[in-house]
Amino acid sequence: MGRGQIDRVGIVGYGAYIPRNRIKVEEIAKVWGADAPSYKKGLMLQEKSVPGPDQDTITMAVEAARYALKRAGVGGQKVGAVYVGSESHPYAVKPSGTTVAEAIGAVPDCHCADFEFACKAGSEGMFVAMGLVKSGEIEYGLGIGADTSQGAPGDALEYSASAGAAAFLFGDKQEQIIAECHFTHSYMTDTPDFWRREYQFYPRHASRFTGEPAYFKHSLGCSQALMKKAGMKPKDFAHVVFHQPNGKFPMNVGLMQGFTREQIVTGWLSPTLGNTYSGASPIGLTAILDVAKPGEWIMMVSYGSGAGSDGFVWKVTERINAVRDLAPRTRAQLDSNRKKYLDYGTYAKFRGKIKKLAH
Amino acid sequence: MSSPRNWRGMPQRYRLEAAKCKKCGKVLFPPRLVCPECHGREFEPTHIGNTGKVETFTVIRVAPSGFTDQAPYAVAIVNVGDGVRILCQVADVEPEELAIGMPVKLEFRKVQSDGESGVISYGYKAVPVF
Ligand SMILES: [Zn+2]
Repeated sequence: MGRGQIDRVGIVGYGAYIPRNRIKVEEIAKVWGADAPSYKKGLMLQEKSVPGPDQDTITMAVEAARYALKRAGVGGQKVGAVYVGSESHPYAVKPSGTTVAEAIGAVPDCHCADFEFACKAGSEGMFVAMGLVKSGEIEYGLGIGADTSQGAPGDALEYSASAGAAAFLFGDKQEQIIAECHFTHSYMTDTPDFWRREYQFYPRHASRFTGEPAYFKHSLGCSQALMKKAGMKPKDFAHVVFHQPNGKFPMNVGLMQGFTREQIVTGWLSPTLGNTYSGASPIGLTAILDVAKPGEWIMMVSYGSGAGSDGFVWKVTERINAVRDLAPRTRAQLDSNRKKYLDYGTYAKFRGKIKKLAH
Repeated sequence: MSSPRNWRGMPQRYRLEAAKCKKCGKVLFPPRLVCPECHGREFEPTHIGNTGKVETFTVIRVAPSGFTDQAPYAVAIVNVGDGVRILCQVADVEPEELAIGMPVKLEFRKVQSDGESGVISYGYKAVPVF
């Protein structure tokens, strides 16, 4: 079912969802006798988001998707594909995407799949949804990155693993596109830096190995190949966003390539959001779209352990000004005056870290 | 909640689908076969609004089984316009913040999960708008 020659595809709607609960690095460090300043300075982390007990990857994905449809002005029944990328799908067997598709009214004429690739699952969903629009198979496709990830109590990951979602609706109608996709590149190798085996509750990681040969190699490799393909240099971009496992890595991976702090900070949310895993660089992109000007170029490079990166080069259009205020902005959710700070006990209860009697 | 019962309620709990009486315009949520106002039997599909105001509320401190972990939690009657009032939980709120007339929006949340291994039921909850 081809739909004829496609001119250019891009984002026609976007949305982010960040839950209201937070926990500060000090509160976690206090419980485990750890040194809070070393996390705050060393990893540039101050606090992280925490899902409420009634929130999971599916609920946040639905809210982000509804915002994306609202900004696009497109009804759910026109969405031909729904892809949810996450490493915290609520079910081991039963897709998250079917619930999301049902909630937005995309059923039953819709292609649906859940993606998994550690923190890269969200950008994968975006990549595939956009590709199907570009091929002419579907009119609109939804790519979502969402996670409510857990770090083992006391593990370094506990200071960063947080919750959030971002959704992007892709289309090919030029008058609807708010950010055109001009180039993409994917870069991956088999690198066991972080993993979780079946039936294990918490992931494991190879500590320092997650940095140099994993995060930096793939983020840099993808960025460099993408800029070469595009014939562009760091100075050509108004904004750049990388995967954000902590505050330090995305800042450093940008600076070492010649991006300035100003180009990085708009989408750099991890110091107060934490690591939203599959949601990380996608939520960063929503924060950029909230303020980007028509004509500006944006580079996004995700990273997922295992390991690989997906890169995109976007160009913002005039349409952005008409849609950005149709749904809540990302920074407004992040810096909301409705933030609620949890003590460790409440956090442990919310996250199911306390063993209870089985009913 | 059983899996079939959970499934049958999805159009309302997931998408807020309602029916509007073609004769008198009454909006029914959930839809019914006969309009209670005019006994009309023809309806057109519609949706209830996803924003509203708290008309009255209570705080559940001794919760029924399946909800004990959530106590204390708030339950409210929310007026969503078009003459429709719905009963639902209020999330993301402290009991002392609740007030009659409080503006809320409906968000997609987990309503109940059948233990550690059963099906998860999703639906709407009211969340304060500030
Ligand atoms: Zn009637």
